[in-house]
Amino acid sequence: MKRLAGMLVVVLALGGIVWAQNALLINGAGATFPNPIYSKWFNDFHKANGTQINYQPVGSGAGIKQVTEGTVDFGATDGPMNDEQIKAYRAKNGAGILHFPTVLGAVVPTYNVPGVNAPLNFTPEALAGIFLGRVSKWNDPTIANANKGVNLPGNDIVVIHRSDGSGTTYIWTDYLSKVSGDWKDKVSKGTSVNWPVGLGGKGNEGVTGLIKQTPNSIGYVELIYAAQNKVPYGAVKNSAGTFVSADLASVTEAGVGAVKTMPEDFRVSITNAPGKTAYPISSFTWLLIPEKFKDAGKRDALKKFLTWAITDGQGSAENLSYAKLPKEVVDKELKAINKVQ
Amino acid sequence: MASSSINVPSASPVAGSRSFLSKLRDGDEIARLITFLFAATVVLITVGLVVELWIDSALPRHKFGFSFFVTSVWDPIAEQFGALPFIYGTLVTAGVALFLAVPLGIGAAIFLAELAPQKLSDPLQFFIDLLAAVPSVIYGLLGVFIVIPMMREWIQPALKNTLGFLPLFQGPAYGVGFFTAGIVLAIMVIPYIISVSREVLLSVPRDQREAALALGSTRWESTWKVVVPFAKTGIMGSIFLALARALGETMAVTMVIGNTPTISSSLFSPGYSIAAVIANEFTEATGDMHLSALIELGLVLFLLTFILNGLARLLMLLTTQRGSGMGHA
Repeated sequence: MKRLAGMLVVVLALGGIVWAQNALLINGAGATFPNPIYSKWFNDFHKANGTQINYQPVGSGAGIKQVTEGTVDFGATDGPMNDEQIKAYRAKNGAGILHFPTVLGAVVPTYNVPGVNAPLNFTPEALAGIFLGRVSKWNDPTIANANKGVNLPGNDIVVIHRSDGSGTTYIWTDYLSKVSGDWKDKVSKGTSVNWPVGLGGKGNEGVTGLIKQTPNSIGYVELIYAAQNKVPYGAVKNSAGTFVSADLASVTEAGVGAVKTMPEDFRVSITNAPGKTAYPISSFTWLLIPEKFKDAGKRDALKKFLTWAITDGQGSAENLSYAKLPKEVVDKELKAINKVQ
Repeated sequence: MASSSINVPSASPVAGSRSFLSKLRDGDEIARLITFLFAATVVLITVGLVVELWIDSALPRHKFGFSFFVTSVWDPIAEQFGALPFIYGTLVTAGVALFLAVPLGIGAAIFLAELAPQKLSDPLQFFIDLLAAVPSVIYGLLGVFIVIPMMREWIQPALKNTLGFLPLFQGPAYGVGFFTAGIVLAIMVIPYIISVSREVLLSVPRDQREAALALGSTRWESTWKVVVPFAKTGIMGSIFLALARALGETMAVTMVIGNTPTISSSLFSPGYSIAAVIANEFTEATGDMHLSALIELGLVLFLLTFILNGLARLLMLLTTQRGSGMGHA
């Protein structure tokens, strides 16, 4: 019995030490897409400052829900919160929520056409037509005219899309909604949509797997996934009329193109952005930070983290295939951080 | 302890209370209470599940009513939700799975229990138990890397060339679809059928076999006409277990079914199942209506399992009554 009591004391004491060390534990949840860089950032920040930030990549939708419910200290999302969601947040918490862009990502068209090895060019009309099911053969003039010299077969196109709700689908359908009125009316944009044609694969790996196995197929994946797994992808014609292949520079360029029209709350879609070298299917990913914190310690730590992430932290972005924020956006954000109270 | 010593005297006469106390001391009553509580949790969990699903699915239940079950549009943006393609996909894939797995599974169980020498039967059983423990995502990978290419390159073209006149085997061969999902599910449920059926067959009393042999029947006749009918109830039980597993399987199905809400008479067509769509869309469902519609799908799956199990039990009751009647006659 005495031994048991002794053990209990030791356990409690140890628990106390762990508790004291973790006094400042910040919890966040949201988008899966930026998880690799967030993990690295939180890890580096923890080493430098001792503040532990715990991030659960549960998906953008769940992140918005959890931060609204107050079960986490901050959220993260690939698609900005809509006005209704912001209203709901305000009603529940009595104060607003702020969007802070952290890095940029892009979505690329990837395909498997037997006999075609050259990278293909896609016009917005071709992509919208294919995904609406109107362009159904690979040698359709909408595709062929942009790919002179490539011998495209007359086979039926098999469309592959994401089956799980995802920010990737949001960016892809946001782009298609901007370049095609028909797409906007019939399908519109969202994390899950009612696809007119095609098969669904779960996750980037599911889509890539289906494309690899299905001759004459086309789909879309995150640029990071394509880059890291050496998945070939095509170039897309941007709003300036040039065919641009996605890379870190052309994605950041899309962010630059959007600076002029950037609203104060940073909720901006940069698909089909202006700029000669801008890649048109790009997007910011955002951290969702409450305007008002009850806990001053958490507030200061998060502000410190955010400042560090959009300045020094950007250095680790490109190693992980994320595009850096344009300088103009960083300057704007540094001012906006003061709104967090 | 305190509450029982207060409750008991008021509830029963003195003699009863003494016997209760002595029972308590022997441990009988305690064991009864504890096991009762355990059993009650099962009921509580089931009821709690239904209540929760019912409450959280209020939004689409009020908006769509019965049309939820009979419409086919699933559009999260326009907030139009119909469950029919998912119900269809769930039933068709489970049906294909059982169609393939039941004869195979029972056949294998008969071999293992009745015909194979012990030296072969025991190690084989070990492998079968191992298969039952493999996580479903592994079966999904098996589907993606082996079954899908085989279907697209060999099986689907072959079926089209021979049985292509049937509506079941028409349309483009993508590799993914109802048929592939059914096959992967069959592979997953066969170990359950074999394992349970074998145990049941082994527990058939020896004198049943001896009597049949003594009456001049061959080994196979005694197995097929005496042992298997005797074990019928247990074998049916193994099929229920397989059915429940097939209806609720998520990961492996979503990897091979094509994830497209379609209703098609062709087994080659890509489809969708209830469990798969919930797993796919739940985390990123942004609108309340979308989320609630997914929860209502969960309720539908629960009801489907409930109804199918009920029907199966009814069927078993009817057949065993007839079977035993004939046996005694």
